[in-house]
Amino acid sequence: EASGIGRDHPCGSFPTHNTLRFCEALALLPGCGQAWGLTLPTVSHYRLFPKALGRLVAALGVRELHLALTQGFWRTRYWGQPPLQAPAGAELWVWFQPTVTDVDKAWKELSNILSGIFCASLNFIDSTNTVIPTASFKPLGLANGTDHHLLRYAVLPREVVCTENLTPWKKLLPCGSKAGLAVLLKAERLFHSSYHSQAVHIRPICRDASCLAVSWELRQTLTVVFDFFSSGQGKKDWSLFKMFSRTLTDTCPLASQSKVYVDISPKNKEKELLEVSPAPTSVHEAIVQGDKKTYAVYDLLSPSLFNTSRSLNVQLKWKRPQDTEMPIPTLHAQRYVGGYGLQTGEICTLIYNTHPYRAFPVILLETVPWYLRLYVHTLTIITKGKENKPSYIHYQPAQDRRRPHLLEMLIQLPANSVTKITIQFERALLKWTEYPPDPNHGFYVGSSVLSALVPSVTAMKDMDVEQSPLFASLFPSSDGSSYFVRLYTEPLLVNLPTPDFSMPYNVICLTCTVVAVCYGSFYNLLTRTFHVEEPSRGGLAKRLANVIRKLRGVPPL
Amino acid sequence: MITDVLTAVALYLAIQDFNKVVFKKQKLLIELDKYAPDVAELIQTPMEMHYIPLKVALFYLLNPYTVMSCVAKSTCTINNSVIAFFILATIKGSAFLSAVFLALATYQSLYPLTLFAPALLYLLQRQFIPIKLKSKSFWLYTMQYASLYLCSLVVIICLSFFLLNSWDFIPSVYGFILSVPDLTPNIGLFWYFFAEMFEHFSLFFVCVFQINVFFYTIPLAIKLKEHPVFFMFVQLAIISIFKSYPTVGDVALYMAFLPVWSHLYRFLRNIFILSCVLIFCSFLFPVLWHLWIYAGSANSNFYYAITLTFNIGQILLISDYFYAFLRREYYLTHGLHLTRQDGTEAMLVLK
Repeated sequence: EASGIGRDHPCGSFPTHNTLRFCEALALLPGCGQAWGLTLPTVSHYRLFPKALGRLVAALGVRELHLALTQGFWRTRYWGQPPLQAPAGAELWVWFQPTVTDVDKAWKELSNILSGIFCASLNFIDSTNTVIPTASFKPLGLANGTDHHLLRYAVLPREVVCTENLTPWKKLLPCGSKAGLAVLLKAERLFHSSYHSQAVHIRPICRDASCLAVSWELRQTLTVVFDFFSSGQGKKDWSLFKMFSRTLTDTCPLASQSKVYVDISPKNKEKELLEVSPAPTSVHEAIVQGDKKTYAVYDLLSPSLFNTSRSLNVQLKWKRPQDTEMPIPTLHAQRYVGGYGLQTGEICTLIYNTHPYRAFPVILLETVPWYLRLYVHTLTIITKGKENKPSYIHYQPAQDRRRPHLLEMLIQLPANSVTKITIQFERALLKWTEYPPDPNHGFYVGSSVLSALVPSVTAMKDMDVEQSPLFASLFPSSDGSSYFVRLYTEPLLVNLPTPDFSMPYNVICLTCTVVAVCYGSFYNLLTRTFHVEEPSRGGLAKRLANVIRKLRGVPPL
Repeated sequence: MITDVLTAVALYLAIQDFNKVVFKKQKLLIELDKYAPDVAELIQTPMEMHYIPLKVALFYLLNPYTVMSCVAKSTCTINNSVIAFFILATIKGSAFLSAVFLALATYQSLYPLTLFAPALLYLLQRQFIPIKLKSKSFWLYTMQYASLYLCSLVVIICLSFFLLNSWDFIPSVYGFILSVPDLTPNIGLFWYFFAEMFEHFSLFFVCVFQINVFFYTIPLAIKLKEHPVFFMFVQLAIISIFKSYPTVGDVALYMAFLPVWSHLYRFLRNIFILSCVLIFCSFLFPVLWHLWIYAGSANSNFYYAITLTFNIGQILLISDYFYAFLRREYYLTHGLHLTRQDGTEAMLVLK
């Protein structure tokens, strides 16, 4: 089928500060399924959609899959609101289809297969770090009923992301890293950054506005922060060559759209603060995440863009020095561990609502490993000095070595306030084989997830999905007045008391000695009886001693 | 705290009754000429025994261990009071109440099951039924008592089932006690042992440690069949040393009985050193815990060493009392001033 094949090429957007946001790669796949309902199409054409993922989705009955591998933490205060945040480490959440009977088995198989595809240790995902959220993580694609037992969420905060994770991600692109925007993605520059996040999202979507046919959509996103200012290069001017040490030369022939977006939003209504070269193909204005933003668009498919040398190097120069102040986002959060010593502690989460007059609710999802025993009766939520009662709490206590704690709450955040959520915990002593190789480094607690519909300060108009599908998927909004935000807090590093790892044999011997002391004393007292001591004639030693004593002239024994 | 007071009251009444039993038995044995002629100073007199019940109650209430478990709001005090009521019921001679309280105590933590044997021996003694394996009345009474105990245990467990509507509590409660999954440091021997255990041998050593608690019952029953209350004391001590999650409240319970055996004082060999060991260890426990967990300047081995020393102190204390008890029994029947064949003063040895 010829209709519906579209393959949007990765595009980039470059805002005023030195962050780089790559756009998704969209792959719309023709399906052979029915025209209505939620019968998901079977994947059979692999010209654009990678075969590995297509077969995986079909075989395991996956409805939606979201995998993110992140190195670093998004600093909301310095870099603003993230377009698509992911927690540090690896995060995987999957909605299965209702036809799957054994969801846990499918989940285990899925994490193992993905671990092979992406060269990440996703095989460490098991029941001790998987949870079933009830309110967060609603499906992002088409959904027909949401039984939360079909959802699984796991995060591995200890996972390290490096070149060997980027390579399979790049291989999933139709042109690989040979043509199009992906030529910029070379590992030695990408990992020389403050934040690096690569993600894969698969979901079913309507093929057109009438939603008569359903397709699979695969989005691959890569978010990288090049912080030149802090890495000491002084000026905040940047160019593609400076960041990636190469320029764009060609477009991917399979792409139907290939665009680069540069954020040139003026601050404080001042014009001409910065200059981009070469001249953009067009300028696009939109309300993104509650703010009016202007984007310079470079359409790579237009023949006028590339000059004679077939290379495009987008550059941005600052005309006047700009202050480093970033606008504080409406919703941001922090989390830290309080307390001292290795016995108890306290997890404190601070959620800030900086909107001047609107209050809105936020769903907080916390997953705490079983070895930090939470005491839910110590949960306190305080806003502006008063107690704030959540309207919905779902708590699932942990079972030792079987499943983690799950705490989900719907909290109303008043306007212009700070909400502090604290919960106390106790640290368990583990068996010596359960400690990781560097036990005094500590144990990671995965980021908590905040999901909210944040009211925007500026009124938004509905995005026209058909005209710029790329942009709409980059910055989606359900209605004009608010936008959906999913934030992650910092992962925590918690120390547990450790036994002495050099002592197993000694401990066994000493403890068994104590038990043997008891056994020995009791054995003596139980099996022997008292007797009057009979004088013995003396053994050989005594006689020998007496002989020596007689020789010395000393009285005998 | 109320349970502590109840425990003390129960112990007071129990020991009062026990004293009367001891007197009667002594009188009987003197009349039967079972005692040697020169043991007058070993016989217990009413004068010295008058204050023993009060001493027992005070020993329990004023024991720092009891105060600590009261402050910590531990459920150990409930366990202790149930066991104290069981002892009271046994000494008073009521088989039904004794079985009910023993079932309650077993229901809470599995180990008081071993107290079945001393209770049975005491009740048989009280009913003047001789303990012979061939005797019909012995088996009849044993069956009666055992069936009372098992029935009350089954009733209590079924009540729990109806309250909870599932059998999940059995692996959670008894499976937890027996398989020791939680390794929080305590004053016992198990936690560090299983923290450092190779996974391959974990099941084997769990079984060994659990059998260790239960298997002293039969040999002690054979040796101490004439003295069931002392048997009960030794059994309580063994439970509180070797149970999987011991607490100082358990230690306080068996220490409350020490005034009852104060007449054994002259035969104790190491009492000074052992009491010093126990007192020093009690002081060092919180110090080394703080150093390990809060100050970070010690590691778990320090706390583990004090655990070992404390348990060795307790074990040697019990075996010392056992030795003294057996020695006094020997002297009672064979005379205090023993002479050898050639007339010189003799020494007693265990052979």
